[in-house]
Amino acid sequence: MAEVKTVKVTIDNITVEVPQGTSILQAARMIGGDVVPPAMCYYSKLEGSGGKCRTCLVEVSKGSEADPRPMPKLVASCRTGVMDGMEVRNITSDRVKDARNGVVEFLLLNHPLDCPICDQAGECHLQDLGYEHGKEATRYEFKRRTFEKHDLGPYIQLHMTRCILCYRCVYTADQLTEKRVHGVLSRGDYAEIATYIEKSLDNNFIGNVIDVCPVGALTDKTFRFKNRVWFTKPVTAHRDCSSCCGKVTLWQRGEEVLRVTARKDQWGEVEEWICNVCRFDKKKTSDWTIEGPSHVSRHSVISQGHYEHLVQPKETFTAVHDGRHPQLLMDIHSVSEVNDKTAKTKS
Amino acid sequence: MIKFSDEQLKQVQELVARYPEGKQKSALIPLLHMAQDTRGGWLSAETMDEVASLLQLEPIEVYEVATFYSMFNLQPVGKHVFEVCQTGPCMLNGSDRIIAHIKKRLGIGVSETTPDGLFTLKTVECLGACGYAPMMQYGITYREHLTEEKVDAIIEECKRDNHG
Amino acid sequence: MAKKLLLEKAHVEGIRYFDVYRREGGYASVEKALKMEPAAIVEEVKKSGLRGRGGAGFPSGMKWSFLAKPEGVPRYLVCNADESEPGTFKDRYLMEFIPHLLIEGLIVSSFALGSNRTYIYIRGEYAWIVAILEQAIAEAKQNGFLGKNILGTGFDCEIYVQRGAGAYICGEETALIESLEGKRGNPRIKPPFPAVKGLWDCPTVVNNVETLAAVVPIINMGGEEYAKIGVGRSTGTKLISACGNINKPGVYEIDMTISVEEFIYSDEYCGGIPNGKRLKACIPGGSSVPILPANLLLTTAKGETRYMNYESLADGGFTTGSMMGSGGFIVLDEDQCVVKHTLTLARFYRHESCGQCSPCREGTGWMEKILMKLENGKGEMSDIDLLWDIQRKIEGNTICPLGDAAAWPVAAAIRHFRDEFEWHVNNPEVCTTQNYGLAHYADPIHVPA
Ligand SMILES: Cc1cc2nc3c(=O)[nH]c(=O)nc-3n(C[C@H](O)[C@H](O)[C@H](O)COP(=O)(O)O)c2cc1C
Ligand code: SF4
Ligand code: SF4
Ligand code: FES
Ligand code: FES
Repeated sequence: MAEVKTVKVTIDNITVEVPQGTSILQAARMIGGDVVPPAMCYYSKLEGSGGKCRTCLVEVSKGSEADPRPMPKLVASCRTGVMDGMEVRNITSDRVKDARNGVVEFLLLNHPLDCPICDQAGECHLQDLGYEHGKEATRYEFKRRTFEKHDLGPYIQLHMTRCILCYRCVYTADQLTEKRVHGVLSRGDYAEIATYIEKSLDNNFIGNVIDVCPVGALTDKTFRFKNRVWFTKPVTAHRDCSSCCGKVTLWQRGEEVLRVTARKDQWGEVEEWICNVCRFDKKKTSDWTIEGPSHVSRHSVISQGHYEHLVQPKETFTAVHDGRHPQLLMDIHSVSEVNDKTAKTKS
Repeated sequence: MIKFSDEQLKQVQELVARYPEGKQKSALIPLLHMAQDTRGGWLSAETMDEVASLLQLEPIEVYEVATFYSMFNLQPVGKHVFEVCQTGPCMLNGSDRIIAHIKKRLGIGVSETTPDGLFTLKTVECLGACGYAPMMQYGITYREHLTEEKVDAIIEECKRDNHG
Repeated sequence: MAKKLLLEKAHVEGIRYFDVYRREGGYASVEKALKMEPAAIVEEVKKSGLRGRGGAGFPSGMKWSFLAKPEGVPRYLVCNADESEPGTFKDRYLMEFIPHLLIEGLIVSSFALGSNRTYIYIRGEYAWIVAILEQAIAEAKQNGFLGKNILGTGFDCEIYVQRGAGAYICGEETALIESLEGKRGNPRIKPPFPAVKGLWDCPTVVNNVETLAAVVPIINMGGEEYAKIGVGRSTGTKLISACGNINKPGVYEIDMTISVEEFIYSDEYCGGIPNGKRLKACIPGGSSVPILPANLLLTTAKGETRYMNYESLADGGFTTGSMMGSGGFIVLDEDQCVVKHTLTLARFYRHESCGQCSPCREGTGWMEKILMKLENGKGEMSDIDLLWDIQRKIEGNTICPLGDAAAWPVAAAIRHFRDEFEWHVNNPEVCTTQNYGLAHYADPIHVPA
């Protein structure tokens, strides 16, 4: 095997060595913690994804060792490869913070403010994002774009009003199923996810679109008693399945299986795709071998336990700025401590 | 269901031959134009499905494309479609007046069709005739330097055309 | 009379036909170029200093030299005839009147770049021009200038005309490529650039109609001679399509040494403003570039004469300057409302956004709605600042430059005409029936009564 060349990249003063060809976002994920840019459209398991939502914009203050010029524009970290000696600023850049506030505002512009009744509430990446970067009040005074709820066959429901057009579900259908029947229709702010004429999404792997959807636009119709997810207890389980890995997360209440999802990693991405049979038909605890409680990703507001009181936390960026001299190499833990939301900030 | 004629199928073959092997999807937009031009000026779902099977595409790929481009009509339109430009340079030269006049003359609003199915009024964005403003597209031709009188004459022309 | 390189023969009777065009000296550049090394042609284009005429003004020779040439992989030349930027109608003029000039330029350029299949992507609305071009292509082929083994040199080339179907965004080169592949016109995320991975993932050059036509005089006269025309880095001639409130709208081929004032007021070009009106403002390079009030249009902020070339139009940056852009020259007289004009442009960009990235998809519609409010006398002072903030958050943060193109006109209108926006807020009734007029700047041109 050819030796993989590695390059050094510095993100918010933390240096890592990563294989050549790694994107800035993936390099940041290797560092972890607060230097990781939020990603609403990129999905590492879906080829071609990313670049669209613009939440992951970062500043490249030094292009590379060979060509140290900074990049004039902010770049989408999910689709920009690292170069040796590159220096990236994410949470330490005011430009990034400003642009990201803008992007979040744009994403929320036509998004309904129905979080309390949305079944994605508590595990919605947009909600998390708005919570971390958004303004308290919207400056948009016009009528929001709305759509009727729509069934895409027996398993999946589309709430187009909530969609942020990340295209993940389109790539999923393209890459996981042999026949795509839904897609993005129309253009500009009329663009929507649809099938055009009444069609149902029923390919055996199509259920994965529910898991990749970063908001509550594609939901599981078989999800019983759509409780707020934080009342349900996720457990890791598996079964022998002839068409998929059979490794899932069960969302239970008592002995009931309310719904089945794929397992997700700390970035909210599916670890392994699961089939429709596992997802939609196996709703008895006896269908599964339970392994134990699942860890809920740190990205979700549920894990932080303060969804109920929607108070704006002190911006994590300022905490990083305050009284900290840039260091070339920082201990990752010192950074995450600084960003600990419970820690007092100097001011 | 209407089918493409043999003559048209031959044209499709010629179109596909313009692209390298296996790249027949490139013929999609030309084919949709052809279908729209020969089937009453709009694209029904059936027509799009037929185009899809001709080019070995999934129907959704055709819907995605047809809904993206503003020249494709996905609803039936009148026999004569007036597409009046309303962008800056045309506006500076009175496109508002022209649009208002057509609305009054035909008794319809923008994106509407007269009850007799003869006329549809659409507003469009810059068609590259800014120096000859105000203007509209009618069929494949541009009608430029429009005045209220010219519009009346065009409407008369269409009506005659319909009786003749 | 300025020297003409492109339109000199455009009005010769019958020039649309091969025989006449040939008799007038047409296709000489093909005969010359096919005896040269492809690299030598690229070199001539480099020497000519030719800059892309599609809007960005990127040096064409340099662009050509970036084209990757991997073994066994086809390369493509694509001619961008999408021409949809408001104010721009020059390519249409060239193709309508002297189509063989474009075909000639395409053959030479295809040879230089090694493209055996060359496509002209033309906006769908120019349907009748498709027929004109196809006729010209058929004639060139009959006469041995296209097809197999052109002029016995062993070079094969076919040119095909592909019609779009109504989408400004397909003028953006990667959206154009997507469209040519039969897809939605969603711009691609760069890199990779088309020079490496373009049409069907093969190395591709996309050039504007006028750029490719200019290759003909460059080969005929030599790059160095071509570079002597014009001034500084603005070499050769440029087609300007002039429109709005002028006496003689139309397409003009200019030598880039004339002043903006001469262009607007001389009888050779725009012929001044109709009805004795005064000049209020102008968008000199197509709807995307910043609007300038008359005083900054005719002279730079330093008080020097402003000329019709890349550098002079850009003098002062976006604070007090503008851009050559696509050469779409839009003139507004004293009776025009800048807020309303900006609104039509905002609507245009909202309508044309592909909708892929959130700042452009959501931001363009938001700007349009606020402008509509202001124009209808329903705006508040804070709306002006909000508008400024929105355009600022779109600019530079999108996948393709359409986001910037939507932001710039709004930014420039507020920058230079803020008083007019405020007047709309302060006079909610009056502003729906009257215009603000000229009050905001020192009248630079005295119009004799
Ligand atoms: C939104 C948008 C629209 C564009 N429209 C056109 C167009 O209609 N015609 C054109 O030649 N270039 C257009 N361009 C520029 C092209 O992307 C590309 O730069 C150009 O075709 C390159 O050719 P040139 O170097 O010869 O100018 C557009 C760019 C953008 C971002
Ligand atoms: S439905 Fe969900 S996954 Fe699909 S584009 Fe919309 S937000 Fe993305
Ligand atoms: S900037 Fe606008 S047109 Fe360009 S890719 Fe984004 S949404 Fe599409
Ligand atoms: S995650 Fe990078 S642009 Fe959406
Ligand atoms: S603005 Fe109407 S044709 Fe250009």
